[in-house]
Amino acid sequence: MPKLATLIRIAVFLALVAFLLQPHWFEPLLRPLVQDNAPVIYNQGSLLQLTLLHLRTVALAVAAAALVALALAILVTRASGAEFLPLSRSLVNIGQTFPPVAVLALAVPIFGFGEKPTLIALFLYGLLPIFENALTGLTTLPPSVMEAARGAGMTSGQRLLKVELPLAMPVILAGIRLSVVISLATATIGSTVAAKTLGEVIIAGLQSNNLAFVVQGGLIVAILAVLLHDALQAAERRLAARMGR
Amino acid sequence: MIEIENITKRYGESTVVDDVSLTIAPRTVTVVVGTSGSGKTTLLRMVNRLVEPTSGAIRLDGEDNRALPGYELRRRIGYAIQGHGLFPHRTVAENIATVPTLLGWARARIEAKVEELLSLFQLDPASFGPRFPHELSGGQQQRVGVARALAAEPKVLLMDEPFGALDPIIRAKAQDDLLAIQKHFQTTIILVTHDMEEAFHLADRIAVMDKGKVVQYATPAEMLLKPATPFVESLIGAGERPYRLLAIAPVSSAVEPGAAEGAPISSAASQREALAELLWSGRDALPVAGPDGAVIGKVSLEGLAKRAAGPA
Amino acid sequence: MRELRLDKLGAIIAALALGGAFIAPFATFRANRIVAGEVKSVLDALPAGWSAVLLGIVVCAVAVAAVRSPAVLRLVAAFVALATLALGIGVAATHLTPEGNTYARVSPASGFWIMLFAFGLLAADALTRLRPAPFVRVVVLVAVLGFIGILLLSGSWDGLSILKEYASRVDTFWAEARKHVTLALGSLVAATTVGIPLGVLCHRVTRLRDGLLGVLNAIQTIPSIALFGILIAPLGWIAVHVPGAAAVGIRGIGVAPAFVALFLYSLLPVVANTVVGLAGVPRDANDAARGIGMTDWQRLVGIEFPLAFPVILTGIRIVLVQNIGLATIAALIGGGGFGVFVFQGVGQTAMDLVLLGAVPTVVLAFAAAIVLDAVIEMASPNTRQAEAA
Ligand SMILES: Nc1ncnc2c1ncn2[C@@H]1O[C@H](COP(=O)(O)OP(=O)(O)OP(=O)(O)O)[C@@H](O)[C@H]1O
Ligand SMILES: [Mg+2]
Repeated sequence: MPKLATLIRIAVFLALVAFLLQPHWFEPLLRPLVQDNAPVIYNQGSLLQLTLLHLRTVALAVAAAALVALALAILVTRASGAEFLPLSRSLVNIGQTFPPVAVLALAVPIFGFGEKPTLIALFLYGLLPIFENALTGLTTLPPSVMEAARGAGMTSGQRLLKVELPLAMPVILAGIRLSVVISLATATIGSTVAAKTLGEVIIAGLQSNNLAFVVQGGLIVAILAVLLHDALQAAERRLAARMGR
Repeated sequence: MIEIENITKRYGESTVVDDVSLTIAPRTVTVVVGTSGSGKTTLLRMVNRLVEPTSGAIRLDGEDNRALPGYELRRRIGYAIQGHGLFPHRTVAENIATVPTLLGWARARIEAKVEELLSLFQLDPASFGPRFPHELSGGQQQRVGVARALAAEPKVLLMDEPFGALDPIIRAKAQDDLLAIQKHFQTTIILVTHDMEEAFHLADRIAVMDKGKVVQYATPAEMLLKPATPFVESLIGAGERPYRLLAIAPVSSAVEPGAAEGAPISSAASQREALAELLWSGRDALPVAGPDGAVIGKVSLEGLAKRAAGPA
Repeated sequence: MRELRLDKLGAIIAALALGGAFIAPFATFRANRIVAGEVKSVLDALPAGWSAVLLGIVVCAVAVAAVRSPAVLRLVAAFVALATLALGIGVAATHLTPEGNTYARVSPASGFWIMLFAFGLLAADALTRLRPAPFVRVVVLVAVLGFIGILLLSGSWDGLSILKEYASRVDTFWAEARKHVTLALGSLVAATTVGIPLGVLCHRVTRLRDGLLGVLNAIQTIPSIALFGILIAPLGWIAVHVPGAAAVGIRGIGVAPAFVALFLYSLLPVVANTVVGLAGVPRDANDAARGIGMTDWQRLVGIEFPLAFPVILTGIRIVLVQNIGLATIAALIGGGGFGVFVFQGVGQTAMDLVLLGAVPTVVLAFAAAIVLDAVIEMASPNTRQAEAA
């Protein structure tokens, strides 16, 4: 049975690639969504290019967020940063109540229009799940394993690199996965501040009352999110299975 | 030689280890016993400086254990703990190779060592080396934990309730393996346990701790015959004394001249085993076989009864 | 008297606050809504007496923060400093605006925000250390909101740019606020009403569970603006073709698609948490209930549900906070809410207008999170004991 699920995913991925390369093949499917002679396929730019830009924005923001979040999590879980641990937990909780739109809108006056405020908002919003999961991963390591690592004569740096991070990796990856999924959706809102993302397609559809645009923009993002989600989850499971969890 | 000198550890107001001094001869097994919270683990962890003492000093072969950075010291001292603490993300072979890798041994030497140890612990290197810890039984994990502690050929091995989680049969086997390996590598072992049976079985000397102090440090026989305090006496268990006394001596030291009926018992078995056999088979005496299998005399109920008697 | 030791976090807070007070500008003055502003330091922005008071209090609070001091003292210092900042920015607005000038705009500048952040951090840290009981947290929240309310009503902030934006749209502001809250709460109520029974069903019928949760998960991946947009078509069709639908407010654009979209997004956390909560009910409890002859229904109401309740509440908290944020997007399809001001402000590059939409949204989400966290903690009495042990 898992084979079938994999096949479906591959088929969906191929369909997505085909749609991005040859959108007109799919015209008949979307035709019923539009009135008479309105355009069916997004015609104000290349869907492929927007998709790549969308992915680039998400990748940049999540990569930066992962680096910073991981560094911060490592910092507050060392003995010297332990004072900051409780506060950093509270800050994550507080941060998560900030709506992404608000973060995005507040970044505009500071960074201007375009990709920058979107990147900043995605970065800030992406920090939280990764930081939270990295904290969980680094603070719930089995004590006997940590004791053994110390007893074996590992320095604190060796313990971090060889034991703590590898053991926490599945949980950290889960945080990155969450962050990717949230960012993929949130990046569409970036188009309201003139960032080049798939949100442009959706907004164009909303403005010209063209449902086909809305659906194609939305579906591309949703499919990307589902595929990336599943791929990352598979990676986590493989890592975790190796450790017998 | 390990010299522990007036070592004290305080956490805030409470004194967890209180002015303890012990001298541990090389190539011996010292077992630390005592009630829960009496400071056994803390004492053990001060030897490899997982805990820094408040005052006092510990010397290994005459050298203060603070002469090296803690992590380098710990690479020279084996450490095995309850629940084994194997790294779940590394294979059995990689786990055993931990300290040799940290020490920068050549790959071939590490591989040879891993194989040697796995074979010594009766784990087939080809089959067990590449497995992950969760693919092993509890007893096998425990053996790998001890093998890892021994990998860099430490002269000193610290063990904190290493067999605590094992069932009685596997535990007895693990204890015998440990003694064989201790002889093989000539290791000095300090072992913490709650199990008095285990203590008497393994120890050359036993240290009894109570509320942070060592109340008696003596050979098992001395401790049985002259318990220093009522606490030590209760720890040994009054009802167990004669049997323990027999358990710590081999049949070879109780051989009497003469012959007896039936299958012989090995001279290496404990006198307690001989007593059990005598009682169970309803006989007065058993023939004793020497290491080469030839009968060298007998062991009698009467003789054992005298040996099991306490000081008059 | 114990020796004074440096507090690491306090040192960072101190550096931030001092930088905010002495280096960064306190307020921005613009001759009208559109022109570039000129920044004013604390000394320039406030009357002499006031700047002395503000700087004095900042320095005192910084001193408390920088050394290891009792958490209660730190909390008091943080709140006093925050209150002074709040009063001070209002005074600055009045002070900087020329008498009778209605075009001039005064808004907080970076120094104000930095100090707000620094003392907010101090307050958060003190509260984290004190670990107040849930009830106390709600009281603190109400007190803070009350203080802000008094400042708003007393008019001490009236000179601020954001309130001038407000003053010119009082009616729309409250109308959008009502829409925003209705959207967020209404979709939550609907999702709870539908989601909890669905969760119970999923718990009982395993085959249904994987399928339904899969579908709900997939819905979550559709970007909000797309889902809002996609729903326009079917709702538009219903409005035209189903008699009476238009009369109850169903339209292709506007509140209806936003409401349905929020409802759909809300289902997953409610259903999933109901399933998780019910699955976490100890087998013993269920067996005991069966043993004394409870029917399935009695067991659900009397045993399973109360035990699963805190987990379900956690799902509701997620939904409420998420909905308050997502409701801003409804503005893009004519659904109203605070998003109206946010997107208008973005369109006109008017920061104050953005703030007029964003600040209430953040405050609402924040308050909802605090209140629901407190409720969850009170509903699960053993968590606090477990943590304390
Ligand atoms: N890091 C620490 N901080 C404060 N107290 C400690 C710390 N470590 C140990 N203690 C206390 O020191 C005492 C002795 O602890 P230790 O672990 O040495 O006991 P033990 O004899 O090994 O007990 P057990 O048989 O239960 O393992 C206990 O009361 C324990 O609570
Ligand atoms: Mg112990």
